[in-house]
Amino acid sequence: MAQTIAVIDYGMGNLRSVAKAVEHVVDAGDKVLVTDDPGLILSADRVVFPGQGAARDCMGAISNHHLNQAILDAAESKPFLGICMGLQVLMAFSEENGGTELLKLLPGQVRHFERNMEENGQRLKIPHMGWNRVQHIDSHPLWKDISQGSRFYFVHSYFVEPQNREIIAATTDYGIDFTSAVARDNLFAVQFHPEKSARDGLTLLRNFVQWRL
Amino acid sequence: MLAKRIIPCLDVDNGRVVKGVKFVDIRDAGDPVEVARRYDREGADEITFLDITASSDNRETIVHVVEQVASEVFIPLTVGGGIRTVDDVRRMLNAGADKVGINTAAVFNPEFVKEATDRFGSQCIVVAIDAKRVSAEGESLRWEVFTHGGRKSAGLDAIEWAKKMADYGAGEILLTSMDRDGTKIGFDLELTRAISRAVPIPVIASGGVGNLDHLVAGVKEGEADAVLAASIFHFAEYSVAEAKQYMAKRGIEVRL
Repeated sequence: MAQTIAVIDYGMGNLRSVAKAVEHVVDAGDKVLVTDDPGLILSADRVVFPGQGAARDCMGAISNHHLNQAILDAAESKPFLGICMGLQVLMAFSEENGGTELLKLLPGQVRHFERNMEENGQRLKIPHMGWNRVQHIDSHPLWKDISQGSRFYFVHSYFVEPQNREIIAATTDYGIDFTSAVARDNLFAVQFHPEKSARDGLTLLRNFVQWRL
Repeated sequence: MLAKRIIPCLDVDNGRVVKGVKFVDIRDAGDPVEVARRYDREGADEITFLDITASSDNRETIVHVVEQVASEVFIPLTVGGGIRTVDDVRRMLNAGADKVGINTAAVFNPEFVKEATDRFGSQCIVVAIDAKRVSAEGESLRWEVFTHGGRKSAGLDAIEWAKKMADYGAGEILLTSMDRDGTKIGFDLELTRAISRAVPIPVIASGGVGNLDHLVAGVKEGEADAVLAASIFHFAEYSVAEAKQYMAKRGIEVRL
């Protein structure tokens, strides 16, 4: 059955590549809408919530577009995929920009990587940029056909620390084991960029558009 | 563990790949979309386009190239060459680029880097540095930033400049040794190491790759976070996949 997938556009980041990648994996007849209209977001069958940039700017843009409630409602009611900042802003609070209040859907914080971390005598650079391994904690429909430890593309300086460890769906090692994906009911959110992660990234997006709750 | 990245670079002039690609299985080796697709299939971690179009009238062509590539190649894309204003950055990002390389414009107006990173985020701003050795034999090593294809010194110490660009919010440094560019004798490893140790952000080594050992040395001795090469991949001397396997065998973490 044809479905509608809304990609939330609040002016933060490269939505074109997210939309293109989703268009690449949907069935003919499915519609991919890039939109900031709360009505369209609420009526869509699925929602993708991307985002790039600083926490305060993201929160400002979400509020300027009057999207706070639509995002929270969608994240509680239908297949919802957060990507990068679209994961981070779901938390309660971020250390970024001297402290930023977030959407508070998920209890927990967003923290900066420690500076001066080292691995094998070489300094670990920040941002954490490039392809790193994603270790699944449990099986989940979105990991279908993706091997344990597959590499995905990351670019970020902050990571989420959910209070409820049970929602951690994957971890990644960068000086520490940080949370690289969370899952709760209809919600799945990832720190990496599936739209930039070649075949495994497209597989994850395809799993998302086919996900039956 | 984070993988070291291997980044093929395509020089694009008026929308066509230059430097004569000799892939046998590509119909149109001058078509950036076909070449990008091929690199993606071989496992490239990112692709960089360097727009060398001289006339500003023809700058739109690179935008169309990026649009086409971005709609079918799902790995990070960087575009450099001729990026001078915030509008140039926005146009490339809207076309589907993930990162934009700023070179000369940063030298002439460092505030532009600040402006661009404030507006679009550090993650998408790569500062490209063309560096050349200026120290005499026996002196302690010193490099300066050069513009105009390595012909003019900007009078800036390369290490200090890299630090400043990192402070201004650059997400990454693309470091090209103008002494080595085109020589095929390997990266300037001292330069790469000096810059990589000086800044907290990732450094991409560029300039001088002639064989796969050079890529290995760039990571192991140069301490680069990523290695960029053009001609060894262009002329299909080595595939990206071969390069990665070679590096993996020598103990370097790569995405296979």
